Amino acid sequence: MNNTFQEEVFSKGVNIDLWKKFLRYAKPYRGKLIMLSIFMAMLAGFDAVIPLMQRYAIDNFIVAHTTSGTILFFAAYALVVIVQAIIVKVMISYAGYVETGICYDIRKDGFEHLQELSFSYYDTTPVGWMMSRLTSDIWRLGNTLSWGLVDFAWGLCMMVITSIVMLVLEWKLALLTFIVIPFLFLVSIYFQKRILLNHRDIRKTNSLITAAFNEGIQGVKTTKTLVREEGNLNDFMKLTKEMNRKSISAATFAAVYMPIVTLLGSIAASIVIWKGGNRLMIGTLSYGTLTAFISYAIQFFFPIRDMARIFTDLQSAQASAERIMSLLETKPDIVDNVEELEKNGLSDRKSWPKINGNIVFENVSFAYKTGEKVLENFNLSVKAGEKIALVGDTGAGKSTIVNLACRFYEPTGGRILIDGHDYTKMPLMWLHSNLGYVLQTPHLFSGTIRENILYGKLDATEEEIIRASKLVNLHDIVMKMEKGYDTPVGEGGSLLSTGEKQLVSFARAIIADPAIFVLDEATSSVDTETEHLIQGAIANILKNRTSFIIAHRLSTIRSADRILVIRDGRIIEEGTHQQLLARKGHYARLYTNQYTMQLEHGDISE
Amino acid sequence: MKRLKILLQFTKKNLLRYFLAIIFSGIAVIFSIISPMVISFTVDSVIGDEPMDLPDWLMTRVSDFGGRDALRENIWILGLLFVLLTLLTGIFQYIKNRWFAISTENATKNIRDTLYDHLQHMEYHEHVKSQTGDLTQRCTADVETMRKFMANQVTQVGEILFTVVFTLIVMVGLNVELTLYSLAVVPFIFLVSVIFFTKVKKTFLEVEATDSELHATIQENLTGVRVVRAFGRQAYEIDRFKVKNENHREKVRKLNELLAWYWSMSDLLCMIQAMLVLFISVSWAASGRITLGTVILFITYIRNLIWPIRQLGRVISDMGQAFVAFDRIIEILDKPAEPKFTQGLTPEIKGNIVFENVSFQYPDGTNPLKDISFEVKQGQTVGILGPTGCGKSSLMHLLVRLFDYQKGSIKIDGYELKEIDKKWLRSHIGIVLQEPFLFSKTVLENIKLAKPDASMDEVERAAKIAAIHDTVISFEKGYETLVGERGVTLSGGQVQRVAIARTVLKNHPILIFDDSLSAVDMETDIMIRKALRERSKGVTTFIISHRINTLAQADFIVVLDKGRIVQMGTHDELVREEGLYSRIWAIQSSLEEGQEGEKNNE
Repeated sequence: MNNTFQEEVFSKGVNIDLWKKFLRYAKPYRGKLIMLSIFMAMLAGFDAVIPLMQRYAIDNFIVAHTTSGTILFFAAYALVVIVQAIIVKVMISYAGYVETGICYDIRKDGFEHLQELSFSYYDTTPVGWMMSRLTSDIWRLGNTLSWGLVDFAWGLCMMVITSIVMLVLEWKLALLTFIVIPFLFLVSIYFQKRILLNHRDIRKTNSLITAAFNEGIQGVKTTKTLVREEGNLNDFMKLTKEMNRKSISAATFAAVYMPIVTLLGSIAASIVIWKGGNRLMIGTLSYGTLTAFISYAIQFFFPIRDMARIFTDLQSAQASAERIMSLLETKPDIVDNVEELEKNGLSDRKSWPKINGNIVFENVSFAYKTGEKVLENFNLSVKAGEKIALVGDTGAGKSTIVNLACRFYEPTGGRILIDGHDYTKMPLMWLHSNLGYVLQTPHLFSGTIRENILYGKLDATEEEIIRASKLVNLHDIVMKMEKGYDTPVGEGGSLLSTGEKQLVSFARAIIADPAIFVLDEATSSVDTETEHLIQGAIANILKNRTSFIIAHRLSTIRSADRILVIRDGRIIEEGTHQQLLARKGHYARLYTNQYTMQLEHGDISE
Repeated sequence: MKRLKILLQFTKKNLLRYFLAIIFSGIAVIFSIISPMVISFTVDSVIGDEPMDLPDWLMTRVSDFGGRDALRENIWILGLLFVLLTLLTGIFQYIKNRWFAISTENATKNIRDTLYDHLQHMEYHEHVKSQTGDLTQRCTADVETMRKFMANQVTQVGEILFTVVFTLIVMVGLNVELTLYSLAVVPFIFLVSVIFFTKVKKTFLEVEATDSELHATIQENLTGVRVVRAFGRQAYEIDRFKVKNENHREKVRKLNELLAWYWSMSDLLCMIQAMLVLFISVSWAASGRITLGTVILFITYIRNLIWPIRQLGRVISDMGQAFVAFDRIIEILDKPAEPKFTQGLTPEIKGNIVFENVSFQYPDGTNPLKDISFEVKQGQTVGILGPTGCGKSSLMHLLVRLFDYQKGSIKIDGYELKEIDKKWLRSHIGIVLQEPFLFSKTVLENIKLAKPDASMDEVERAAKIAAIHDTVISFEKGYETLVGERGVTLSGGQVQRVAIARTVLKNHPILIFDDSLSAVDMETDIMIRKALRERSKGVTTFIISHRINTLAQADFIVVLDKGRIVQMGTHDELVREEGLYSRIWAIQSSLEEGQEGEKNNE
């Protein structure tokens, strides 16, 4: 299913509607954003004023050969410097505050939305994709909405104020120096855009290199046995060569940019030297004005560079925004129909009927969104307390049957009744709060063993935890650990052994005393002793519960009340272990091929 | 020191270019320092009446041209000169940047290639010990840190030093006393930067920690979505996430606040330094002690000092990261590797193998094989049977020297296995692994892995033997179908069959099938084995399997249990002997009696 997943293609122009949707994330920070813009305008004003103050000092003290008034002048200058520093402080604080705030809010919405989305979404969307939406995309968006605005406000004000000051001082000279501005703009936009594209290109090649490293490491056994080291290295060197070429050409390209821009600035400055120098000699221009103009001519480049960068950043940010929006706007498939539940008096938890565990599949059909049909007119009736083992090849439809029973998927045709109720007419939580579910590869959350068991019943008492642990043969193992139930399990349970993880996940499932139990049994081998503990635990868990087991262990299969052999979404054989063996059909063959090796010596000699 | 040695090894051929680039960056700095002099000269000596203080060779040129008056008439010449100097600065900057890029990118390519090559040759047990994620992280993120160190940090430090030193030389030449005033605040700027960025590292680490916690929480939630839903714990998860999300926000805000103080305060220091210079130089110029041109130069040059030095503080404090990354890379390169070039014997391999009291222990202490002795003659087929974990695969790993046995001896055609070159040995043994790995290449490329020059004919023949040809041509793109992440996902049985095809493409004197038909159905299994028997006459073959059926035709069968040989003999002998083999046979054959067809095919 995963290989059908494709990254969407995004629009190129400015997507106004999209940005309007994101405006609500900026709303809580409206005050701060307005203040920020004002501060940035002030900062730009001061930046534009400094050359003017230098001009004043040159004309009124140096050229006039007097130091009277310098103290007052420098007091004013010092004031400007201090105010500037204060603005910088407040500006960074505010912008950072807004950035983190916006990221927080969008991430919160994104995460909460992901909790609603159905399995059909998870089945077709790689976890990595969702992760990137909630991390790098959000970061990029928050960054642009805060710092981008800061730079934009500064750049714009700086350009406007500088131009005004220049025009007021000497409008003719100002217009002459403005000649280079259009070129500066064109060059900046062209280069910034190309630089961004180059970077993207490099990132792409870089991810290929990462993949190659991954593959090289994972496939090392194959490589060694096939003596493919040299061939692989040659393939890899093609990649690094391409990376090398691209990186050098990108760096070379970027290296042209700054010199061109400073050159344009120097052309503006030289115009000032030439025309301004001539005017100075006739006496229509002061020394101070000349130096101020030279400063301005060189300075003008900075805001233009920033503006060009913001425009290119905005493009990336828009792509991020579109991806985030596509996540936020995906509708979940399975939702409670609140109105109808209310009408039937089911909106309150207390009014939910108790689940006994009779499950009926009535002409159930199921197809994935891709059109792939898995089940058609599937019928099955399970009595409360019955243990059902599902066996069959990978892809036969075992998982789908279980997922449907758990309402992780809903049938695309037919219905599923639990204690006679069509479950789509019931609250989702009605079933889920009565479900015990243990995965083939047990998924633990980082935290302590206690926290993981509590996951099954948040308000469980210490006694309940211990009772559940004892039931699944976990208690003694935990007691042997130094920190007992407070032992951390590590990320994904990595600090525990496979068997221990399995037992913790059993305890977690059993503590809530569910009516329906689903077990996707592990194939991984554990040592004989643990295996024994697990078998005992399973036997205890399944007592008096309706259970579905995707079975791999012979002992589990044999203890089932009914074994269903599934092939191509149909039940092809059905019965107890002995009955099915006697039929010498598909089950018997599976048994021969896959289960004989699990026999212990004792079993075989039976 | 070791670091330096290894670094030199990577940069070897590019070192000269790298140093030339550093020199060019110095030249660029010199031009950029000269260009403001054009402005001060113009203001003082062309427009103003100060004496022209020029070097002799330049003075004669100016006199030839007509002296101050001629310059005044043609003041554009000075503008042009300013542009020219900027152009020269730009050209050298460009060359410098390009050469830095070439040399660092070449060195980075060297690092990547070396790492990849080393990983390919790294001893197999080192791979077993390591985690793929960690190795990949080091080969990518840490290499990137190294690249940045070479491309940015070193060059920045060089450029800053040039700028500061050359600027100071010029400033001292202009006015010693004013230079001293220009340096009054500078040391504080530097100190504040170094101290701040060293101190703030703790907060950076805290932010990183909350960041990875946040990542982990999201990741756990998404990968554990089934558990979350099965227990209906969405609300609980949202609460848990909220705490992490808030933590992260607060930590980033804390860091941001620190940065806000740093940037504003260091800005303040820088601007105070600039103001000090302006104040003193203006006062002195007003009283005629220095010229207006000098004031302009000092105002310009002071910027060459304060901003780069502030930057320097940061760069220096960042350098630690590069060393950590580099050490992590070296750690990989220090792990033992198999020889890249032939080392050991390269005898003709026919396929006579003798195991003599072979014992083997994994590096982690588990002991899968004890006292294994048996002999295989060229062309014989050996079946190996035993429960999971009995050491069957380990035995085969020893044969291809993925691990080396500690006790006893294995001889191939009379040569001690440990003395035979690993690559030579492996290229003579075809092994189909239990869980074969396909590369994300086309099916064709995957089959041709071990024999890239194979013809299409040969490939198809191999694919037919492995009973995968029909499957492959049923794909839309046939043999050009991409396998893996970006292509078609093959089923376990299909992967195994592709792996068989790629192994039988080459004619090996020894073949090993490590339970490599486990995911293939019985009928195909029989087909493949039949084709193989025809193809592999005279080839010594090992077959590991759980199916007695698969093993029955072997010349003899070795039954392993808990690392020891418990039974050995032909099928007929073993069936009659009380033991594991006969018990399994009894179960399997009783089940098969009723199934027509299969036994008749034998």
